[in-house]
Amino acid sequence: MRRFLLPLGVLFALLMLLGAGLGRDPQAIPSPLVGRPAPAFALAQLELPEKSFGPQDMKGKVWMLNVWASWCSSCRQEHPLLLDLAQRGVVPIVGLDYMDARPEGAKWLAQHGNPYQLSVLDANGKIGIDYGVYGVPETYVIDKLGVVRLKHTGPVTAEVIETKLLPLIKALNRG
Amino acid sequence: MIPELGTFALVLALCLACVQGTLPLVGAFRGNARWIGLARRAAVGQCVFVTLGFGALVHAFVGNDFSVSYVVANSNSHLPVHFRIAGVWGGHEGSVLLWIQMLALWTVAVAAFSRQLPAAVVARVLGVMGLVSIGFLCFLLFTSNPFDRTLPAAADGRDLNPLLQDLGMISHPPILYMGYVGFSVAFAFAIAALLEGRLDAAWARWTRPWTLLAWSFLTLGIFLGSSWAYYELGWGGWWFWDAVENASFMPWLVGTALIHSLSVTEKRDTFKNWTALLAILVFSLSLLGTFLVRSGVLTSVHAFASDPRRGLTILIFLGVVIGGALTLYAWRAPTVGLGGRFALFSRESLLMVNNVILAAAAGTVLLGTLYPLVLDAFELGKISVGPPYFEAVFVPLMVPLLLLAGVGPLVAWKQASVAGVLRRLRWIAAGALLFAAVALGVLKTSWMVALGLALAAWLLLGTAFELAKRLRRQPAGTTWRARLASPPLGYWGMILAHAGAAVFVLGVTLVKGLESASDHSLRVGDSATLGDYRFSFAELRRVDGANYIAARARFDVTRGDAPVATLYPEKRFYVVQQMPMTEAAIDRGLFRDLYVSLGEAGKDGAWVVRVQRKPFMGWVWAGVLLIALGGALAAADRRYRASARRMNRALATGAPAPLPSFVVPLVN
Amino acid sequence: MARHHGLLASLLLALPLVAPAQGQPAVARGADAILEQHVHRIAGELRCLVCQNQTIADSQAQLAIDLKNQVREQLAQGASDAQVMDYMVQRYGDFVLYRPPLKGTTGPLWFGPLAMLLAGLAVLWSRLRRQDRPMHDADEEGGIA
Repeated sequence: MRRFLLPLGVLFALLMLLGAGLGRDPQAIPSPLVGRPAPAFALAQLELPEKSFGPQDMKGKVWMLNVWASWCSSCRQEHPLLLDLAQRGVVPIVGLDYMDARPEGAKWLAQHGNPYQLSVLDANGKIGIDYGVYGVPETYVIDKLGVVRLKHTGPVTAEVIETKLLPLIKALNRG
Repeated sequence: MIPELGTFALVLALCLACVQGTLPLVGAFRGNARWIGLARRAAVGQCVFVTLGFGALVHAFVGNDFSVSYVVANSNSHLPVHFRIAGVWGGHEGSVLLWIQMLALWTVAVAAFSRQLPAAVVARVLGVMGLVSIGFLCFLLFTSNPFDRTLPAAADGRDLNPLLQDLGMISHPPILYMGYVGFSVAFAFAIAALLEGRLDAAWARWTRPWTLLAWSFLTLGIFLGSSWAYYELGWGGWWFWDAVENASFMPWLVGTALIHSLSVTEKRDTFKNWTALLAILVFSLSLLGTFLVRSGVLTSVHAFASDPRRGLTILIFLGVVIGGALTLYAWRAPTVGLGGRFALFSRESLLMVNNVILAAAAGTVLLGTLYPLVLDAFELGKISVGPPYFEAVFVPLMVPLLLLAGVGPLVAWKQASVAGVLRRLRWIAAGALLFAAVALGVLKTSWMVALGLALAAWLLLGTAFELAKRLRRQPAGTTWRARLASPPLGYWGMILAHAGAAVFVLGVTLVKGLESASDHSLRVGDSATLGDYRFSFAELRRVDGANYIAARARFDVTRGDAPVATLYPEKRFYVVQQMPMTEAAIDRGLFRDLYVSLGEAGKDGAWVVRVQRKPFMGWVWAGVLLIALGGALAAADRRYRASARRMNRALATGAPAPLPSFVVPLVN
Repeated sequence: MARHHGLLASLLLALPLVAPAQGQPAVARGADAILEQHVHRIAGELRCLVCQNQTIADSQAQLAIDLKNQVREQLAQGASDAQVMDYMVQRYGDFVLYRPPLKGTTGPLWFGPLAMLLAGLAVLWSRLRRQDRPMHDADEEGGIA
């Protein structure tokens, strides 16, 4: 007679699963880069096109890579927070101007403020693909050995900065 | 004023649903004839008020009442009237109201067309449907009221999603919901039977026409959605195994199992528990589909704006309804007797194999749809499960099913001889293999295509063979008209549906196996070739629609020197929602579809154009329509209506009404 | 996203009636056509990450077009299907594959369908066998039915 209770058991398991699913975001994708070395590149800087930059230049320092673009509206949302963070001097922020043109990018920074130590221009998006960029803005935290430790997709919020980014940066700076 | 009246009408509907959902059930339990009689009247009353509420919402849309937030979210003053009406079900709240409207209509239909059933049974069925109505009405009134006001009123609406601004989309949700909701009747009959403690052949006979009708509507609804996607989404696809598509496909698979299982129970009074379980399962899948589309748990182009809070409410409702039903099942099922017996090789056993395959198929679709969620919930990473997976696991399941469908009608009930059936199958097998050989040898197709063609031929020949045998069975000298009229509609329904399945398989096999597509970057004056068709980009012109601006291209299609068609694909830009839409241009032919769609435009004026040739695409649609028609025909079978006469005769002779079955052991 | 709609909108608004001109037939040459088909096939297995459930073959989103170009570039350079898939997975994770890879965690997914079918057939077989046995009087009409 227990076999007649089987459908109820299946239903219960299903309801638990769906209930758990309600709290999750089906669009949030974990990055496979976390725990791996940041992909190498050598891109021309946005403001000083004759100079190039790559992640190896930041070895020995904990730093943040922020992917932005002049055409990205959500970037404007997080920008004041990045300016604030840069002012606090906690961590150097490097910008990756994604799928953009040099004049537009420079103009945008002039207009909205420049929290970046420097920005590089990824005009065709190839480096973005290497970093698994799919939605701008995105932020990476990279440690002293050049290993990616965190990737945040979408604009950073004050909460994300205080609860996720800063504690991680502090821990990485210590170790 | 009208929106408030709409809410009020729905509140009244809820009150009547409360009456309908409680008193008749208690009355049937106690034998209270007055309360039993309330069922029909409450059902009609509820329907009247639901319709008034629905009408109020339609009025708000047609009248451009932008003080109602739902109208603002889904309509616009520039939107043509017929799309404004479609906007009623364009968003979450309105679609819930559509659900309720459909449920009310089915309830009234059951109330009207069940004169031949015992009153207590009708009372229970309507009572259960009333309980479902209560749930949905509460959900609407407390969490998703379409009549909520936004004050001050908005100047204009945000327009209906351009994807929905299409005639196909006007009809797809109502027809689909007729199917989804129609399965609540089968569910209600199963619950009623379990409550009464009487699960028998009569119950199966009563349930079957309703199930067939709902299944037919669901088939049609899926067809409408698919054929709309084909021309509207712009890339020539028509089935993507998307979560919401799967949500409609699962009840269809289980519904197919149910109509076959009902046939076994009706004919042989056996496997009753399984049939009742299927009836509960099919409606549960309808409800699950409702949940998946609205909760934000899965990603889909079809999903309504997600709201986990509403999702939780539906989930609780799901738990209560299905949990209650399955608890009742677990309690009553052990007491149901075994019924008629049949041999290991008989039509009954083959039909049950059909059920196992369909159940496994539905389980497969459920597994694939929910698996990403399972892994995510256990923090095991995020994966995607898409068409490559489903095609790899689903198609192999269909192979034995198609083989069975060709054999089944030829096998006798109760006990059949294997040798006899094999003898009859010789020719069918030979024909199918010949078909496959021609495909491989002459058309040089892949072996997958050959297999698909062989299966389609098998099914078609098997069905034709069975039909011929049946028609020839009449005594010599019967006219052809009489021969054709003699098998009941249920039989013709089966023949049509199985033939339709064969046509569908043929179409899908050929389209998937032989279709060709290519992308080109073209400027006006350029042309592209695909096979022996040449697509010349003749002209590009701007068109101003009611609420969009479009670039309309003209493509002259030629084959050799002969002109074949002129196609006008468009790229539209809906100004209110700032959304681009592709309108593909299709030349539909008996043996192939030619498909042209515009992609992105480059700054230099060159457009990315995709041209496709899809052989036998029309057969895919024809097959599905035949299946839907077969279901509808079977539902109209005389034998579902004939019992009215028998019942009336029984009542007229003054025979006493039967005691509720669980009372019998108490009085004996 | 906004910049693309801007481009499309301005293109449409500025569209005059274009007279047919003499143009070149954009015929896909032999090797190109085969490469395109190959690209299309691979692209049909990859998910567009910025879309609501679409392949990069079907999507017109910028990222989808970029990824498709990547696929084309790699295939043209002679990469194998596995290498292209691997390239994508390294950057975007398993999520980008529409055909879930067979791993420990996806075992139930790939073997589930067959398991369900076999289990169902097994249960059915035992039931059919049981009720096909010679009649016992007690079995016939039991309980409430």
